[in-house]
Amino acid sequence: MEYERLGLVAGIEIHQQLNTGEKLFCRCPTELRPFEAHNGEFFRYLRATESELGEIDRAAREEMKNLRKFRYYTYDSTCLVENDEEPPAPLNPEALAICLQIAKMCGMTPIPQVHTMRKLVIDGSNTSGFQRTALVAVNGTLPNGGAIETICLEEEAAQRVKDEVFSLDRLGIPLVEITTSPCMHSPEEVQEIAEYLGMVLRSTGKVKRGLGTIRQDVNISIREGARVEIKGVQDLDLIAEVVRREVQRQERLLSIRKRLKERGASVSRAPHDVTALFSHSGSKILRKASRIMAVILTGFAGLVGEEIQAGRRLGSELSDYAKKCGVGGIFHTDELPAYGITAEEITALRAGVGAGETDCIVIVAGDTRQAECACQQVILRAEYALKGVPEETRKMLEGGSTSYMRPLPGAARMYPETDVLPVLVTSEFWEEIPRVELLSAKAERFCREHGLDPAVARQMAYSEHVLLFEKAVDLGISPTLAARTLIATLKELSRDGLDVRPLLDDRDREGAPVVPEVLQVLLGVKDARVGKEAVPDVLRRIIQGESAESAVQAVESTAAGADLEALARSIVRERMPFVREKGMEALGPLMGVMMKEVRGAVDGRKVSQVLKAALSEALGEK
Amino acid sequence: MNDLRSGDLVRCIVGGSELKGTYITSRDGMAVLKMESGYNIGVFPGDCTLIERPPPVKSEREEVIQDPSLPVLSIVSTGGTIASRIDYRTGAVTSQFDASDILRAIPGLSAIARYRTRKLYTILSENMTPSIWQELARAVYDEIQGGARGVIVTHGTDTMAYSAAALSFMLDTPVPVVFVGSQRSADRPSSDNVMNALCSASVAVGDLGEVAVVMHGTTSDDRCAIHRGTRVRKMHTSRRDAFQSIGVPPLGYVDYPSLKVTLSPGTRGRGACEPALHDRLEPACGLLYFSPGMSPDILNAYAGLRGVVIAGSGLGHVSTSLIPAIRELIDEGTLVVMTSQCLHGRVCDRVYDTGRDLIRAGVVEGEDMLPETALVKLMWVLGNEPDSERARCMMQENLKGEYTRRSLHGV
Repeated sequence: MEYERLGLVAGIEIHQQLNTGEKLFCRCPTELRPFEAHNGEFFRYLRATESELGEIDRAAREEMKNLRKFRYYTYDSTCLVENDEEPPAPLNPEALAICLQIAKMCGMTPIPQVHTMRKLVIDGSNTSGFQRTALVAVNGTLPNGGAIETICLEEEAAQRVKDEVFSLDRLGIPLVEITTSPCMHSPEEVQEIAEYLGMVLRSTGKVKRGLGTIRQDVNISIREGARVEIKGVQDLDLIAEVVRREVQRQERLLSIRKRLKERGASVSRAPHDVTALFSHSGSKILRKASRIMAVILTGFAGLVGEEIQAGRRLGSELSDYAKKCGVGGIFHTDELPAYGITAEEITALRAGVGAGETDCIVIVAGDTRQAECACQQVILRAEYALKGVPEETRKMLEGGSTSYMRPLPGAARMYPETDVLPVLVTSEFWEEIPRVELLSAKAERFCREHGLDPAVARQMAYSEHVLLFEKAVDLGISPTLAARTLIATLKELSRDGLDVRPLLDDRDREGAPVVPEVLQVLLGVKDARVGKEAVPDVLRRIIQGESAESAVQAVESTAAGADLEALARSIVRERMPFVREKGMEALGPLMGVMMKEVRGAVDGRKVSQVLKAALSEALGEK
Repeated sequence: MNDLRSGDLVRCIVGGSELKGTYITSRDGMAVLKMESGYNIGVFPGDCTLIERPPPVKSEREEVIQDPSLPVLSIVSTGGTIASRIDYRTGAVTSQFDASDILRAIPGLSAIARYRTRKLYTILSENMTPSIWQELARAVYDEIQGGARGVIVTHGTDTMAYSAAALSFMLDTPVPVVFVGSQRSADRPSSDNVMNALCSASVAVGDLGEVAVVMHGTTSDDRCAIHRGTRVRKMHTSRRDAFQSIGVPPLGYVDYPSLKVTLSPGTRGRGACEPALHDRLEPACGLLYFSPGMSPDILNAYAGLRGVVIAGSGLGHVSTSLIPAIRELIDEGTLVVMTSQCLHGRVCDRVYDTGRDLIRAGVVEGEDMLPETALVKLMWVLGNEPDSERARCMMQENLKGEYTRRSLHGV
């Protein structure tokens, strides 16, 4: 198989938000807020701290190329801990218990005493400049025979509003991070494992759902390539495509390397100041720049513009590196003349810097500091092209291609979070953690025990309402009705713009446990007080403000037996010509009319019975 | 596990898994290991065995060359950290006191001045004592005499205000003496240490001629406030802008990152006096925080002290039942000064009966002095003025800006 031949090795890291009552290190709710709801903001500068050897982590250094000022939005649902203005609260025991439960389901070994660490992150997404994270368990197993290396409990980062503005509502939501070994060898296998782990996580019933609540990072390398970490793949369906495209990118970079070697290509380390050449350029960017510099890539012509991934060229990589210096991007001669730069200017440029037709010239523009910095970055990346694939952290773009973010972090920059005491995981505590049924097993059980159709069973088991379904079945409600209501009916009501959440509350306003209204209605069906066809209507009435009791009564009254017979007679009477023509065959069409009249409040069998009687009566009269 | 040393490579059995890591330390009966990934874990010491003992990592550190054309600032450290370094191998965070280390951690400082450093103490500020204040005053005085353009005192924030007040009374200074610290640990990229240090150095080379505290002015990294040593108080347990001037506006501000210093009119300027040291203190003084229902017996513990400051309620009150015990204390020769728990506003014991009774008992109204400042002042006055009547008068005079004659609107 092709991927095997290429030596593809991949591992994944899954980050899943937990649905706890409070955040990991403070007592704030784990709620996301609309940005408009922010009630204040402040700003900070972050700096990398010096390490023992006097060095600053290479990823951190890269983030520091520009001294960056970060602004933060605060909310009435955030506190001084998110502001990095108060020491953290103890590690949230609810989150730890969920993390341990996941560890148990993956056959992992818990760490006897869990220590919280600070992991340096100075991209602004953490107000403190570090992310708190704790290793909770090690050595789990995967269905493909691969291993789960670790599971960690960490705090979610702040959400980027735009540029260097962050929102603190998300900061501190508990997150589990599951890291697999590099045990996958094809794009499809990566997708399968990611799906499997997602299913395991959801089986706990205690993880957040919806877009952005789960993110996958994928580590990929091929033979002679390099380890590349792709961050933030949110859409599971894209994960295989991301792997395919990264394999392609590494392959093409290796092919470019081969050709560069054949050509004896090299990178000139001395940039040229070419500001004067473009003083009257048709390119607005160049005309406006106070400094324009050029780097000669000897023997690179044609290869910089070569596509390495859908929508990406070697030039895009050079550009990503240059952008770290604050420039908007680069120009290179493989794509010129264009963008207002003329052929004459290119000829003058080649002559001016002494470059030949087989060379590619990269142009950067900005202020002096930006332009000089960008040249060094272009040189750095172009030299990597001679060596092959650089180790990088990359971010996913729409469609599954990726762009450069920063170098892979060096030896993980971690040191203890001294403000959080270590937590002992005793063997008693570990034993007491329940093992929950996997959703896949649950789906099989629903087929077996409740006679659900396999597709419905799966849909029900994977639904966020699965616990309600199980409760319904326990209460003696028909599994088919419960599944239909919880899957289809709720969806239809939501589609009509109704908020179905109050129907599902299992606590009243004072927090006391109650039977959710949706189940109260289904119990009405069980007790034959409500026709099952009436369920959507009753639920609709409840959402619109009626109490469950009065909504049931309202449909019951329409369904009162005597009225029903009168209704049937009047329907038949109004359509006598039709009835005469069709005879008893009018029953089908009239059922539709009749059901509409009772708005589904009465069981269909009963309606049919009454209508049939009215029909015979009318036809008999004739 | 026998005699493992920090840095040892060890093997450990956890559940069925074998883990390798670097031994860091033992704490509360657990061995702390650092895994290759950087994570620390706690394991049972008996489950660990030594693999090997790697040679210690040597770190060679270059001296930082200082610009000889810049003025000299002296940094006297007592324990608060303005610079720290992380050992990622063991996770240890160490405070830095050497000038080179501080400059490496806060490179911006080297553009402001040259530095010499003097490590006086390495203590948590809650462990400060009046005798350490005296040593500190002498050290700072020596630095001023030694030609420092200004002196920066690094100090833990808990009792920084007491020390700043103490130095205000003990020193006449023609140069800025600037107390600085950090509310959020110096090892974190978000620490307030860098901005506070740069702002304090800018104040220290500037035009001020008194003892001040320079710390964050807001929760943002926008500016530091300069507070008078006798009017400043830590008003929050953890926020960056915990330090506030009470009852007066700050002496000025330092904008960040421009480091532009703006002093308010009325600050004492550089060179306004000759340096002088008056380092005597009377440590036998106490601060009593009144609460409703407080037993008069508590005052027995204060018997024999030469001075007592009371933080009373409201305008400066204690319950009627305490007054006889206070009178007794005063009759035995203790100087008693009344301040208010309100912190803001002036004591006036002439409005209500209990107040008038306190005055009759001989209590001195502490005007608008902060309770802590009044205590430090009392120690200094009693240490320097043997005549008790004159000492009493001095408590009601403004010596170092600790007391204002008028309560201004809007501060």
